[in-house]
Amino acid sequence: MISLAGRDILHHWAKYVFTGVGLGLLIGVTLSMAGIYRGMVDDAQVLLRSSGADIWAVQQETLGPYAEPSNLRDDAYRAILGMPGVAEASNVTYLTMQIRQGERDVRVMAVGFEPGRPGEPPFLVAGRRIARSHYEVVADVRTGFRLGERVRIRRHEYEVVGLTRRMVSSSGDPMVFLPLKDAQEAQFLKDNDAIVNERARTAANPGLNRPGVPGLLDAILVSQTASRSVNAVLVRVADGHDAEQVAENIRRWKHLEAYTRVQMEEILVSKLIETSARQIATFLVILAIVSAAIVSFIIYTMTLGKVRELAVLKLIGTRNRTIAAMILQQSLGLGLIGFVIGKTVATLWAPYFPKYVLLLPGDAVRGLLATMVVCAIASLLAIRVALKVDPATAIGG
Amino acid sequence: MDVPAIEVRGLSKRYGEGDAAVDALKGVDMRIAPGEVVGLIGPSGSGKSTLLKCLGAVIEPTGGYMALGGRTAFDGGWKIRDLRSLRRDNIGFVFQAPYLIPFLDVTDNVALLPMLAGKSNREARRQAVELLEALDVGHRAKAAPSELSGGEQQRVAIARALVNRPPVVLADEPTAPLDSERALNVVRILNRMAEQYRTAIIVVTHDEKIIPTFRRLYRIRDGRTFEEAGEGRAA
Repeated sequence: MISLAGRDILHHWAKYVFTGVGLGLLIGVTLSMAGIYRGMVDDAQVLLRSSGADIWAVQQETLGPYAEPSNLRDDAYRAILGMPGVAEASNVTYLTMQIRQGERDVRVMAVGFEPGRPGEPPFLVAGRRIARSHYEVVADVRTGFRLGERVRIRRHEYEVVGLTRRMVSSSGDPMVFLPLKDAQEAQFLKDNDAIVNERARTAANPGLNRPGVPGLLDAILVSQTASRSVNAVLVRVADGHDAEQVAENIRRWKHLEAYTRVQMEEILVSKLIETSARQIATFLVILAIVSAAIVSFIIYTMTLGKVRELAVLKLIGTRNRTIAAMILQQSLGLGLIGFVIGKTVATLWAPYFPKYVLLLPGDAVRGLLATMVVCAIASLLAIRVALKVDPATAIGG
Repeated sequence: MDVPAIEVRGLSKRYGEGDAAVDALKGVDMRIAPGEVVGLIGPSGSGKSTLLKCLGAVIEPTGGYMALGGRTAFDGGWKIRDLRSLRRDNIGFVFQAPYLIPFLDVTDNVALLPMLAGKSNREARRQAVELLEALDVGHRAKAAPSELSGGEQQRVAIARALVNRPPVVLADEPTAPLDSERALNVVRILNRMAEQYRTAIIVVTHDEKIIPTFRRLYRIRDGRTFEEAGEGRAA
């Protein structure tokens, strides 16, 4: 038996292709939305993996440096370093900020780290690592910074000495790595007016500016302007030790919150991007409904245009299931054309998204199955109409 | 007379019920032998189309008896459960317009019926091409219906009606869109095919050009048929 659906598609190929292009663009958007979600999850995992940490020690009762503000004394790492099972511990700061690059502002996450310790970018794609204690940065290529370029962060200018890749925050901002001291200053140091104001207020306080105690005021002023806070301590667990056990010890004995990589991943994926995920899921459902409506309308219209042919087919003895299969196959064919176009355009335009779009083969397979299901459902109305066509319509009178 | 290809006795059809009921057929009698071509004529609204739909097993008569190809099809109720198969294997249809399937080429338009009857594509196409050649449209076998002239399309439609060698062909004003020459050519073809395949053909027509070609006519008026002798003039 010949394929009636295939012949009809070939006969009206232009109609199918153009409709398929429209549907394909919709499917492309759908796949891209799924890719954006996957990209967010992958960014979060890369962020955790590339930090080189097994445990994140943060301020008590906070969710850590990525999800909530966290402040620790910058000497907390020393106490952690002395605990059993801890191989390395280092301070890090994270600050989302705008950096001026020529005429444009670039939104970045500035990461303060100690060279050679956890928190350092794991690899470079150009340039070198930070070698000086101040005023050098390594930037993710997505910042658009070039090697040797000078960028201003707060009060100082920094030279871009290295470039890395796939280092973005959980909200997709590219990272800029700078020495810890500089990062602490950028994050915690007050502006000059605030410092002058604070000094005046401190000097006016008789409790802090006691006559006869000449060094007291100076010592207080120095402590007020020093930046001795960090956002987290990254801990690397020694071989043979259980990260959860080490984290539990940190919680119990150092009065800090400590998250293992699994827990941090849970925070990033389930809590931080949960709203975005729900947003995307809602959008995917809407797109699926729109796609179904479009396919349904097109197949329905095409079927209405074939009422006389359907009547003839029924009159000459074509089975209902043959007619239903023809319409179902046409709908699935349209979906297949749309999916191929959608997958192609999603792959082509993915690199132009500001955020990382990860198109997984598994998602493509699921997308294809969903498209086929949607098209099958969308064909039901047209099948119903076709089966209701009276073969007597073919006979005049 | 052989076993008639079409035998109808007291066939009736009523639409609606109660005061709104309309009797479209009020006891039709017909008897047509295999290989015979008869005309069915009558004014609009006389019941021609209703009779054709009953004979085509498209609508169910209200009463009477009807046998197609020697098989009782209706006797107060359908005697054959699978009307679709009955139509496919026993009845060929030729319409006023050819109604060829636009997305199938000429061969497949004709071959579709044997394919639906379960024949292999190869066998169905062989049968279709043979018939198309007999109807002088074999050279257009690979063409799309839209590439054919009106006369060629009607010959392809006749081939489609005959391809399963049905005992009965119902032709509903098959010459209406054609000029005199082409209309008479269609009648010639129908006569030839009826004789060749021993098929009984009923031609419903208003066409004054072809009415004199029938040897026998059924005139239908107010839902009743009246048999008349035709002129049987050569087409």
